[in-house]
Amino acid sequence: MRIAVIGAGAVGSLIARELCRYEAEVVLFERAPDVGWGVTKANSGIVHAGFHDEPGTTRARFCAAGNALYPELATDLEIPFRRTGAYVLAFTTEELSVLEELREWGEVNGVPGLELHRREEILAREPRVNPEVRAGLWSPTVGITLPWEIAIAAVENALDNGLELHLGEPVVGIEVSGGRVRAVRTDKGRYPVEAVVNAAGLFADHIAQMAGLEGPALHPRRGEYVLLDETTGGLVNVVLFPAPTQVSKGILVLPTVDGGLLLGPNAHDLPPDAREATETTREGLEEVIEGAVHLVPDLPLHKTVKTFAGLRPESPQKDFVLGETEVAGFYQAAAMRSPGLTAAPAIARWLAHEIALAHGLEERTDFRPVRKRIPHPADLPEAEWEALIRKDPRWGRIVCFCNRVTEGEIVEAIRRGARTLDGVKFRTRAGFGRCQGGFCTDRILEILARELGAEPWEVTARGGASRIVLGEARP
Amino acid sequence: MRTYTVDVLVVGGGAAGMAAAAAAAREGARTVLLERGERLGGVLEQCIHPGFGLHRYREELTGPEFAHRMRQELDDSGAEVLTGATVLEILPDGPAVKVVSPKGLKKFRPRAVVWAVGARERPFGALRIPGTRPSGVFTAGLAQRLLDLEGLLPGRRAVILGSGDIGLIMARRLHLEGVEVRAVLEIQPFPGGLTRNVVQCLRDFGIPLLLSHTVAEVHGRERLEGITAVRVDEHRHPIPGTERRIEADTLILSVGLIPEVRLIEDTVPLDPVNRGPRVNGRLQTEVPWLFAAGNCVAVFDLVDTVAELGERAGASAARYARGELPPGKPVPLVRGENVVSLVPSYLDGTAESARMYLRVPRPMEGVAVDVGGVVRRRVPVARPAEMIEIPLDGDALSELSQKERIVVEVKPK
Repeated sequence: MRIAVIGAGAVGSLIARELCRYEAEVVLFERAPDVGWGVTKANSGIVHAGFHDEPGTTRARFCAAGNALYPELATDLEIPFRRTGAYVLAFTTEELSVLEELREWGEVNGVPGLELHRREEILAREPRVNPEVRAGLWSPTVGITLPWEIAIAAVENALDNGLELHLGEPVVGIEVSGGRVRAVRTDKGRYPVEAVVNAAGLFADHIAQMAGLEGPALHPRRGEYVLLDETTGGLVNVVLFPAPTQVSKGILVLPTVDGGLLLGPNAHDLPPDAREATETTREGLEEVIEGAVHLVPDLPLHKTVKTFAGLRPESPQKDFVLGETEVAGFYQAAAMRSPGLTAAPAIARWLAHEIALAHGLEERTDFRPVRKRIPHPADLPEAEWEALIRKDPRWGRIVCFCNRVTEGEIVEAIRRGARTLDGVKFRTRAGFGRCQGGFCTDRILEILARELGAEPWEVTARGGASRIVLGEARP
Repeated sequence: MRTYTVDVLVVGGGAAGMAAAAAAAREGARTVLLERGERLGGVLEQCIHPGFGLHRYREELTGPEFAHRMRQELDDSGAEVLTGATVLEILPDGPAVKVVSPKGLKKFRPRAVVWAVGARERPFGALRIPGTRPSGVFTAGLAQRLLDLEGLLPGRRAVILGSGDIGLIMARRLHLEGVEVRAVLEIQPFPGGLTRNVVQCLRDFGIPLLLSHTVAEVHGRERLEGITAVRVDEHRHPIPGTERRIEADTLILSVGLIPEVRLIEDTVPLDPVNRGPRVNGRLQTEVPWLFAAGNCVAVFDLVDTVAELGERAGASAARYARGELPPGKPVPLVRGENVVSLVPSYLDGTAESARMYLRVPRPMEGVAVDVGGVVRRRVPVARPAEMIEIPLDGDALSELSQKERIVVEVKPK
């Protein structure tokens, strides 16, 4: 049987990979030119513990379960994951009672290790925290990861297990007859399928409508971020949350897996049609900085390397919409707001199992769960790096000096599917350091053009009209 | 991993590094120069305009011509050169320097190290400019490499943010390649670059320079489509109502250079204003085996100065390697009024002569520089774009080194 998954973000990619465990032909459609470029790309990268979610919600059901799957996922897919632990910080009496409530929720939701810490304990562990803090909820299972790396790794592994991947191919219609899904139509063709999984992120409502379904109603919620360079990560070693509000988890300060600090996000609801409004605003960035400085007063803001914004899908129910629908064979993994990234591995496993049960799919015996990451020789023992260089000297040629990315890694990223500057950056972290590509963009451009057999002016930053150079200076 | 013992190891093959390696080798030190790129010359290779060498060679050269002469001097000196070699780690214990190149990993055990890696450009993201994140936004140096080394056209209609010398030079270069340069925006009320560059790069070509202006927002989802320019007040805050959109497919940033100190920043004390290591008159840092020269110490105006500092650092490193440079009593130089960049950071009475370099924060007329009440020099016109250079002779140095601290200030005469 053939199953289509729509959307190659973290959620869709993990679902596609889980479906590959069964005897099925899995086809993954993504409208963007690469995986993980929608909601997944601009995300805090936090693996939440599960105390932020009211018991009884679908979020609560899958958050702690997803968190528990991360160590295995990180091992199998060789993605970065580190359990830093987190504090939710309270500065007022009102916020103290919020911490109490979160702890109760966490205990109901099965979150291990929650403790209330006093000011002194917090400051001893994290001396940069605002000394006006009164107490904090300590959660040891909170972790950090790289969201787009999950999508990249899951898709690579799924491809290794037989996935058929269609990038840059938006779904334009879903054929339903007799109450059953029959086919998926894209701008390139018609694909007969027996099941569809809607993991289309910000566009999941459009996909559901194509199948004749009502919900969920989605609108984008914009979150802006400020990233500080890789020398700042040591200033704060755990994820710091403010006390949450009715609207969101608030503006955070957290270390990134690359050794920097990430500040944000704020949360602004946009009109339903503003689905590409990923611009930052002056007021928004000021709000992020104000929120972050409230938690950590002496942030080295002069070490800012980047500001960006992402959109998350929000629905009136503020909860995931998962599972089967009244259209047989049409499954939802929609309205994946926070903690969608955390819940994704658990949702993927559960949903693939549901689909297998409903359609009588056998488990494959030859599924290979392990994906090898692109080697990063700067992290390898010297003998292994030298062995790589002996095989191909390009593994000894550093292209991105900030993150020490070699030409060998870039060529390997292209071999694995990178077609754009961003494709290379997200796979290798070349250009993500403190010079932000100032020294390496021209060299990556040259390598991309050479490896793809293209002219430099045909290479784009991220598809479409995003060319880097426009032609020869004197043709 | 092979280990090599050398007297002086120079990191960086631009003007400062080439000069340092040549000087160290001429002093008889066994010297190795490491360059991470494929070719020596550093940023000179992409600076194809003239204006280099007036001090050092008494004639006007282009960047590549200047680099060519320096390479010849380096060849003649007997220093050994390794290109494509990136330093991974500098271990203070030893010291030891770990290097990778397409030939493999190597370890050097030098007696002295000269850090001469130059500066990096402040990136777009550091400015926290709101808006979208399209392609078509370049730092000036990147645009210059694409255009002058690769022959590739970054865009067709450009706005330049920042009127530092690189921004001005790029305005002219782009104009000469047929790019429409819509405007150069400068957040300060005065130009950031040398007057001669404002005249020769903008005025001569009719390119508008908008002072007290910055970019308020960037537009365009895929490729840049335009920017919103805005006037700023004296605190650099945008003035509401002064926004105007300028259509452009390219935004070039010339918004500052930052001395590169990665790999040494945990080892050696830095000067908070220069953002490079604190050095004495011999370009020795407070870690005695580590010397530093060029734009990684502070950002200088002229390559001639950078080469001279490189020579001084290389010769000092060679003498240190021979054990001929005993430590002296350090006397700190302290910034008084109207001093931003200041090199050196301290004197220690061991140099026979030295040069001091300083920069003022805003244009000033009829001022005098006072160095610890010992040296006083009148400066008719002081501009932030032009470093003030003050020679310190042996007498002045010995008098200054008796002090506890030396206040350097620029005051109305």
